[in-house]
Amino acid sequence: MKELRRIFMNGIIDENPTFRMVLGMCPTLAITTAVSNGIGMGLAVTFVLVFSNLVISLLRKAIPDQIRIPAFIVVIATFVTIVQLVVKAFLPALDASLGVFIPLIVVNCIIFGRAEAFAFKNKPIPAIVDGLGMGIGFTIAITMLCAVRELFGVGTLLGVQVMPASYLPMDLLVKPAGGFIVMGLMLAAMNKLLPKKA
Amino acid sequence: MNQILTILIGSIFVNNFAMSRFYGICPFLGVSKKLDTAFGMGMAVTFVMAVASLVAYVVNTFLLVPFGLEYLQTIAFILVIAVLVQIVEMALKKMSPSLYQALGVYLPLITTNCAVLGVAQLNVTEGYNMILSVVNGVASALGFMMAMCLFAGIRERLAVGNMPKWMDGFVGALITAGLMAVAFNGFSGLI
Repeated sequence: MKELRRIFMNGIIDENPTFRMVLGMCPTLAITTAVSNGIGMGLAVTFVLVFSNLVISLLRKAIPDQIRIPAFIVVIATFVTIVQLVVKAFLPALDASLGVFIPLIVVNCIIFGRAEAFAFKNKPIPAIVDGLGMGIGFTIAITMLCAVRELFGVGTLLGVQVMPASYLPMDLLVKPAGGFIVMGLMLAAMNKLLPKKA
Repeated sequence: MNQILTILIGSIFVNNFAMSRFYGICPFLGVSKKLDTAFGMGMAVTFVMAVASLVAYVVNTFLLVPFGLEYLQTIAFILVIAVLVQIVEMALKKMSPSLYQALGVYLPLITTNCAVLGVAQLNVTEGYNMILSVVNGVASALGFMMAMCLFAGIRERLAVGNMPKWMDGFVGALITAGLMAVAFNGFSGLI
């Protein structure tokens, strides 16, 4: 139990995929212009991560070492397709704003990295917990990024006006350049604030 | 002709893959410490993206659409790309060992470069025909390569600079990339 807790927290803090490992940067930078996008993307990635970790962990004895990469790709792509169809059917607004980045979850290196580094070597239950921890760590990180960009770039949070009406939004922050800069500054803050783990 | 020119300028400058669409950021940040590796990676990506655009178009138009299997697009494209990268790797190994050596580990990494899958998806959503798909693939890849080489040039200089410890590495790189993206923002409105 203690071990599972450690695996779970590992994904959220010690090896946070966004702030510590700096993986999966494409969606992190591209879609973090509104908090709703961040939560949607985070949940989609978490879903794929948990199930791909589970399936890969169950199949770890059946998949030969040499062809593990194509095997991982097929498993991951299957779950991404499920997410893609579900989002298209039930959340058309989210589908419109995330666009091509939903199918691109297939090549998100967080999922690939966990499959290779954790799920392929561990039992199903720890693999699920690892997927959940990493997914939630990713969701928290990109939601923070979204919150900064939406609050200062548009003046709203989740679409609700937060800043006073006299606030002039910094348009730059919701442009591509803002993604790089806010991510850079947040990473700097995390390096400074979070305890270093050697 | 006009449409080809629009795609060329649009994909190289205005909707630059790295600087404005955010495709392929992992290699963009990961392989841009040195100019020559950035160039090698750029060349490999260009080749794979051109061929992937063509093959993905063929697979989509002649295989998936006639049988009503569009929902398999993601799986089909990623498999096509993985196979393609494998073939390129084997062909290069046989035909041009020197280039193969130069690209080394970057070749297999192209499979997980979202720029390649991204361009295949983009061609479908934009409804480009075969020629336009390939043009878009090549132009996007050239834009990506240009951005990556420029970025690598800046980072080579930055590496000898004196940066605070917590600003080193990714932080400095991201802020540099941000400033470059501001410059690329100037291209918007060109078409």
